[in-house]
Amino acid sequence: MTGFTRHRRSGRIIANFTGFEADLLRSLAGQLVELLRNESAAPIEQDPLEAMLDFSGPTTEPEDPVLARLFPSAYRDDEEAAGDFRRFTEGALRDGKAAAAATVIDTLEEAGLPPELAEDGLMIDVEMDEPTAETWMRSFTDIRLALATRLEVEEGDEDYWATLPDDDPRGQAHDIYDWVGYLQETLVEALSD
Amino acid sequence: MSAPSPVELDEPVTDDLTVPATPWITIVWNDPVNLMSYVTFVFQKYFGYSKKKSEKLMLEVHQDGRSAVSSGSREEMERDVQAMHEYGLWATLEKSE
Repeated sequence: MTGFTRHRRSGRIIANFTGFEADLLRSLAGQLVELLRNESAAPIEQDPLEAMLDFSGPTTEPEDPVLARLFPSAYRDDEEAAGDFRRFTEGALRDGKAAAAATVIDTLEEAGLPPELAEDGLMIDVEMDEPTAETWMRSFTDIRLALATRLEVEEGDEDYWATLPDDDPRGQAHDIYDWVGYLQETLVEALSD
Repeated sequence: MSAPSPVELDEPVTDDLTVPATPWITIVWNDPVNLMSYVTFVFQKYFGYSKKKSEKLMLEVHQDGRSAVSSGSREEMERDVQAMHEYGLWATLEKSE
């Protein structure tokens, strides 16, 4: 596991993943797409006709804590302004984040990740231009924010996670969070090169 | 034909204390998730700041819990906040004090 590097001659951003790693990234990105598309971006209790004619977005903070973190309030002390901002931006932000996660999935599948991972020893070589790599970088942020919110990660809590037994599912999820963080660190470095 | 008689006009009252042209600011808040390198990268990429300035702002976020990263009109700051949310940074806008 070496993370991302910039190919010296072509300038492209490259990484090699095992089939298992690539499958895990696809699964995380897929969960993000599900979450972004599932919880309605429009008010829930609405007359069907009214709903069809309603082009505006939501005005209140999402109930799901992950979505509340992905789409924070833009105004701290002004609920009305925060609602207006949300109505005009949350739809586009959701679409952008879902599209970014879909790009991660597409890149992996175009690099040879099969729909169902079966064969052992499969390696997936990913090679991206800069805009695609930046899309990955943004999506890794969303994935990490989602995992951290679910796990309730806090500043300076590394020791706590290290004390969890190996078979604790929260510890395992935190290992994945750390791994995506490592990948992102190398991706930022490669893009800064 | 007579020339129009000069009209006495009051000198417009000018005040040296003009309304500041940039009364709004974008604040980025600390969070336990985003990497220091990533936050620096976003400031460079989106605002076009130098690496040095971006690192200084990133450290302010990290150490002080918040940093004012841009200033301008309310509309401009709403655009900046939306862009920060696109990047997954926790940002708000407020009137500059």
